[in-house]
Amino acid sequence: MTLMKTFLGATAAMALTAGAAAADPAIIFDLGGKFDKSFNESAFNGAQRWAEETGGSFNEVELQSDAQREQALRRFAEAGANPIVMAGFAFASSLSEVAADYPDTKFAVIDVNWVDMPNVRGIGFKEEQGSYLVGMAAGLASESGTVSFVGGMDIPLIRKFACGYAQGAKAANPDANIIANMTGTTPAAWNDPVKGSELTKAQISQGSDVVFAAAGGTGVGVLQTAADEGILSIGVDSNQNYLHPGQVLTSMLKRVDNAVYEAFSQGTDLETGIYNLGIAEGGVGYALDEFNAELITDDMKAMIEDASAKITSGELMVHDYTSDETCPALDF
Amino acid sequence: MDFNTFLQILDATVRLATPLLLACLAGLYSERAGIFDIGLEGKMLAAAFISAAAAFVTGSVWLGLLAGIGASMLLSIVHGMASITFRGNQLISGVAINFLAAGLTVVLAINWFGQGGRTPQLSGGGRLTPIDLPFAQAVADVPIIGQIYAELISGHTILVYLALAFVPFTWWLLNRTRFGLRLRAVGENPAAVDTAGVSVIGLRYAAVAICGVLCGIAGAYLATALQAGFTKDMSAGRGFIALAALIFAKWRPWHALGATLLFGFLQAISLRPDVIEAVLGFKIQIQLLDALPYILTVVILAGFVGRAVPPRAGGAPYVKER
Repeated sequence: MTLMKTFLGATAAMALTAGAAAADPAIIFDLGGKFDKSFNESAFNGAQRWAEETGGSFNEVELQSDAQREQALRRFAEAGANPIVMAGFAFASSLSEVAADYPDTKFAVIDVNWVDMPNVRGIGFKEEQGSYLVGMAAGLASESGTVSFVGGMDIPLIRKFACGYAQGAKAANPDANIIANMTGTTPAAWNDPVKGSELTKAQISQGSDVVFAAAGGTGVGVLQTAADEGILSIGVDSNQNYLHPGQVLTSMLKRVDNAVYEAFSQGTDLETGIYNLGIAEGGVGYALDEFNAELITDDMKAMIEDASAKITSGELMVHDYTSDETCPALDF
Repeated sequence: MDFNTFLQILDATVRLATPLLLACLAGLYSERAGIFDIGLEGKMLAAAFISAAAAFVTGSVWLGLLAGIGASMLLSIVHGMASITFRGNQLISGVAINFLAAGLTVVLAINWFGQGGRTPQLSGGGRLTPIDLPFAQAVADVPIIGQIYAELISGHTILVYLALAFVPFTWWLLNRTRFGLRLRAVGENPAAVDTAGVSVIGLRYAAVAICGVLCGIAGAYLATALQAGFTKDMSAGRGFIALAALIFAKWRPWHALGATLLFGFLQAISLRPDVIEAVLGFKIQIQLLDALPYILTVVILAGFVGRAVPPRAGGAPYVKER
């Protein structure tokens, strides 16, 4: 019965959105679902914050398959939702198809900084900067001098994380040894916690005592194994410090919530164009809360803050892997 | 590469091979009785979810294991109904089970726990912990033998030993008992079994039920022993690798152990590119290692390493002559 309710609810939600009030903003979550403890949940939190602060309401839908992207976009656009925010790089091609058909609707898409259309706001993140900061934390916290990285699917975006992390670790400890592994080359690599665990164990046997997971659902296994084996781990996207209190060194924050909040706040007057959010724009950072307060010493914090300030002022440039497909600190 | 590294790789091999071995033996029972089962993946996934959910709610991993086996059995019975009773296409039924499990686990997980298609983290009694065999600590310093005992043989969860024990048991059951003889016969020539007055339907259901139990253990192993909870699609194609191993093993239990250990070893070694480089002296693509189990299976199927002949009545529903 409850299952039936879920199905009916999903159908009803789709039907309701079709008749949504004009000019309410809308958000489309990617396949991970809005409670994925990571990327999509962060987007949802931003939308929720906007709703609480303004008292407004927004429309939302969680996709169940790739084929629904264009359909969901058109539904919202036809229904008059404005602006429409999409969480995830996978929307790029559907959006390119749809955006021109609805010139009066504003679209914002997260993790896409290459779709250049008059009514599209493309929001990219400078992940290398946030990864640099947590890499510094890892380099400083490591006692063995070896730190490691577990990526999900081997794509340039994930290499960007790895590269920034390696640069940060080298900055903190020039002799640091960095091990980087990718889980796989297919989308299944985002949801293979068992392999994530085994990769972590393999890295531990090579001497690693801090591991950074940028691997979606696979990261759950990485953080779990790190906690079981007594080494430190670093979370990604959302603040994941609470998952294993006292055993997660920090989390690389990607402020998807801020990006969504910003887009919703601007409403129908959304400024379009390409935006790349780094530390200076409050787009990326590292997490500090009661769960990791004892792990980040004052000295570490001072050094990380110092690097953060230098990156903001432009004095320190973190190399972006995607700019030329090479990494000065790490060999893939 | 030092001896310790080698042991660590073998240790990872055992962990990674165990779910493959359980699923492979599950497929072996079913296919030797003439029921092709490509739904191993789906059954493992369903068992992983239900075992994690039950272990979380009750706080007991054993109840979780039972619930996982129950869920897997249920899907087995669906497969049995479709392919034995209603004489449907076994491959289609298997595919349907895979899709059903992949979708239903996530929907139920969202509905029950609201955590984006995963179960809450298990802790304490909700997880299977590795067991230390007697004297493991005491002999750990003895070179070679002591190291092997302490590092490789000791320190796995009970399900690993159970899976290994199932290999000789399966061999004995299939080759040394009346039930085993009939089970094999029903996969080769069901009409002969029927003529002898033994129920073909009953035997095939029994085989499918055993398959369900083993897949259930494999799924529970993934979610409660290797991990501390379910994440969506966590079986990640292991059911299909097990099928490949089954063909590679030519449907025989000891060969199944060898095949799954080989595939597990290939997976374990792909986790250590540094070791491969040190041993071979050059860099080898990880993707190639990931693909090797499938390449080996194709080689076997093409007849280069020997012919793999499936049970003769496999895939065909039995229709009694009137």
